[in-house]
Amino acid sequence: MDRRPAYWRYTPLLVLGVFAIGFGLLVDNSFYLRIAALVWAMGIAAVGLNMLMGEAGQVSLGHAAFIGIGSYTVAIGPAQFGLDPLFCVLIGLFLSCAIALVIGRPILRLEGYYLSVATLGLGYLVSLVIVSETALTGGPDGLAVPRATVFSVRLAGAGIWYWICAACLGIAVLLAINLQNSPTGRAFRSLHDSETAAAALGIDVGAKKLVAFVLAAAYGSFAGSLIALMNGFAAPANASFIQSIELVAMVVIGGSGSVLGAVVGAAVLVVLSQVFVSFHDYETLLIGLMIMLFMIFLRRGIVPGLAHLVGAR
Amino acid sequence: MAEFLQFVFSGLTVGAIYALVALGFTLIYNASRVVNFAQGEFVMIGGVATAVLHTAGLPLLVAAAGAVAIAGLAGFLLHQFAIKPARDASIAALIIITMGASLLLRGLTQLVVDKQIHSIPAFSGEATIEVLGATLQPQTLWVIGGSIVVLAMLQFLLNRTLVGQALQAVAANPLAARLVGIKVSAMLALAFVISAVIGGVGGVLVTPITLTRYDVGTVLALKGFSAAMVGGMGSPLGAVIGGLFVGLLESFGAGYVSSTYKDAVAVIAMLVVLMVAPRGLIGHRSAERV
Amino acid sequence: MKKQVRYAIAAALVAATSIAITPAQAEIRIGAIFSVTGPAAFLGEPERRTVELYVDRINTAGGVNGEKIKLIAYDDGADANKARLLAQRLIDDDKVVAIIGSTLTGPSLAIGSVASEAKIPVMALGGGVPIAEPVKPWVFKVGHTDRMICQKIFGELQARKLTKIGLVAGTDAFGNSMRNECLKQAKTHDITIVVDERHGPQDSDITPQLTNVRSAAGLQAVVHTGFGETATIFARNYRQLGITVPLYESAGVAAPNYIKLTGAAAEGVRLPAPAVLVYDQLAKDDSQYKVVTDYAKAYQAKYNEPASQFGGFAYDALHMLVMTYQKNKTTDPAKTRETLEAIGPYVGVTGTFNFSAKDHLGLDLSSFRMVEVSGGSFRLKN
Repeated sequence: MDRRPAYWRYTPLLVLGVFAIGFGLLVDNSFYLRIAALVWAMGIAAVGLNMLMGEAGQVSLGHAAFIGIGSYTVAIGPAQFGLDPLFCVLIGLFLSCAIALVIGRPILRLEGYYLSVATLGLGYLVSLVIVSETALTGGPDGLAVPRATVFSVRLAGAGIWYWICAACLGIAVLLAINLQNSPTGRAFRSLHDSETAAAALGIDVGAKKLVAFVLAAAYGSFAGSLIALMNGFAAPANASFIQSIELVAMVVIGGSGSVLGAVVGAAVLVVLSQVFVSFHDYETLLIGLMIMLFMIFLRRGIVPGLAHLVGAR
Repeated sequence: MAEFLQFVFSGLTVGAIYALVALGFTLIYNASRVVNFAQGEFVMIGGVATAVLHTAGLPLLVAAAGAVAIAGLAGFLLHQFAIKPARDASIAALIIITMGASLLLRGLTQLVVDKQIHSIPAFSGEATIEVLGATLQPQTLWVIGGSIVVLAMLQFLLNRTLVGQALQAVAANPLAARLVGIKVSAMLALAFVISAVIGGVGGVLVTPITLTRYDVGTVLALKGFSAAMVGGMGSPLGAVIGGLFVGLLESFGAGYVSSTYKDAVAVIAMLVVLMVAPRGLIGHRSAERV
Repeated sequence: MKKQVRYAIAAALVAATSIAITPAQAEIRIGAIFSVTGPAAFLGEPERRTVELYVDRINTAGGVNGEKIKLIAYDDGADANKARLLAQRLIDDDKVVAIIGSTLTGPSLAIGSVASEAKIPVMALGGGVPIAEPVKPWVFKVGHTDRMICQKIFGELQARKLTKIGLVAGTDAFGNSMRNECLKQAKTHDITIVVDERHGPQDSDITPQLTNVRSAAGLQAVVHTGFGETATIFARNYRQLGITVPLYESAGVAAPNYIKLTGAAAEGVRLPAPAVLVYDQLAKDDSQYKVVTDYAKAYQAKYNEPASQFGGFAYDALHMLVMTYQKNKTTDPAKTRETLEAIGPYVGVTGTFNFSAKDHLGLDLSSFRMVEVSGGSFRLKN
């Protein structure tokens, strides 16, 4: 039994909050702020995937599809239908959840590797459509996204987007933590341990898996919209297989099952690829090596691994 | 008719390539339930190393043997340094590790060799074979032949040798296997080496058709993985059937439906197969311990 | 922690920071982003190598206005998002005065939009028409567009009266852009596209599509947007199926290995290419003779492989920047931009450039020569 007071579960949020606010106030360099904003946005997607993978144990290798959907609705909506970009964020959410609902039902009946290859297929299909329908999506060259305005304030610039992304992440983390500690969250974890046992306990396995899938899709879509709005651009790379794998790596390296871990994982991967950018020819080699080292030596992931070392719980 | 046959030949060509890559996944999966996403890199190493050694002057056969040996070594090192230390990790973690390894191998090749395209001469020349109005490259027959030989050898290994039985025992229950005296770690290392060798041989056989480069591993691995899934992961026969199935679907998709979306045809078909027959076309039923 | 240890750490940090913020010597900081890894590596690599080679040469010869050029080069892996981030890094962190890059259209546009907001000039090397159309004040395109490639090919096809053609385009960025432009240019050149197929950039066998091409009624020529492995595989499949009508390729096959890898199947393939591909066949009184020959020889000597037209784009980008710095005696971005718009005619490796306020492309079709693979090498036609 966890004898700590209930508010203890919000420690991750506190840690993140302190760090995000401190960083935002102290750092002046707009490049670093942009990297951090990207970390926050990808963090949202990673937290979502963590719900699906870390909590409910369903490995998804095509999750970038939802990031792509979120990115492109925010580009296509204004370009083709003259809609407001911010309104399109909602459309993206709706679309992603709808697709997740429809595809999720049959796909989630699969297990283990079969599930992952089905999600791989889904990711690939979305990616293919994005790259092929040039008239709609700009094809391989991507599509521009107009700058959003809120109460006639133009949302542009490293500083503004840093705070927007940080705030959105904060809300996303809050919701995720609440979910973790709710009956639904506990149901997810029981799925992870053994679906047969969970079913025997009366949990509607299919329905719960679907809930996790749809939630993760929503988080991914929102993150994708943020990224596209921030960049002023939607690129096919947002929905690529590589992006899906990076997401999985974020969750696993940061700590599967840990909300804070997902954000830490996002930070590690985004910063890592920036750190190695000056190494030119060694970049691929070094990133591969780093990923392997992390996984071999901090197998639980960074956050649970460190927590274990420090002896908490 | 000639058109249809041409599509069939194209599908067999591509399908045999997928089949060879898919076969590489089966042994490691049979021994450890791990899907080795670095399998594509073994195929790449087979092709690139042969090309480099051959250009440096070695006769083709010697270069190929050397390349396959290098691939086998890579497989061994992968097991020793990445899989063995992380043995009790989750499926997701193992996926990430093997993907990290794939990046590592790719980055190493980029440094040690270069980023250029390389090729190996076709084994029996390039004069196309004509059958009923459709044409076929001779190298395709080598690839198909190679797949059948590897398939036969794997079936024999898994079903009729003690080593093969030991490998399957290790996957079913490592603790029990150890208790009956099977050296689990050695078995796994063996599985990785053999899979890497299969990959390397595959690389040598397909490179005259596909050409090769330091980064061809990823796409090959993905296609091979899908083919293995469609056929039934862990079954050598499934790998070959899955590979040919996907290859033929792609070819007919490109020829009859839409060449833009030909890959979609194969992916959708694969998804359908997964829904209808989740264990793959040939996959075995297995019981889950609760 | 003990007091002494804390003081020691503090002192070390202060020392390290002071070293880090020592004022740098006066230098010209030029940023560059190329796609050195990824599908466009065979374009990006020569670009980076060229810029590195010539920055070295210029610095050894004394620099520009007495200042050395500091080149800060990154690789975007053909990813537009990464290119955007790297451009921001170059501007905010590395404080460059100009950016050269990137190799492909998507990343070039991303860099262009970032640099435009920061008012830093960009010499973009991507081939897409949208880079210079509509004209963006801070973005200059160095290199011909995909539209120009189509126009050159179609122009010749029209002259040869080969007006019913098959178009096979890859689904990659280059293939996509080429196909769009060719579809648009067809009418103006009286060309009818009788069969229109696509293939993936990593396909190992293109015979299904080519079977459909072969059976198209009245086929007189085929235009392909090949590059990388598919260029070779396409040519082989083309001959395998016994298709005899003329085959036109483009920039993608102007790579050192194409002929070597494709062998006899490449014979007869025609493509529009800038002079550098056939520098040893140029007439001595050709306006580009000197600059192209010097470049080709220098590149070959340093890197032991033939120079490529993509490297040529980078050469021209760098030299035009350097020219403006020498002329203005300053690297001020706004002045540089103005002077670039008045450059011309500048005879470069790619062609003769004439920028203007309304024209940030600066090249015309005369920068292209028609080249044919003949006897195992690229031969200049006309």
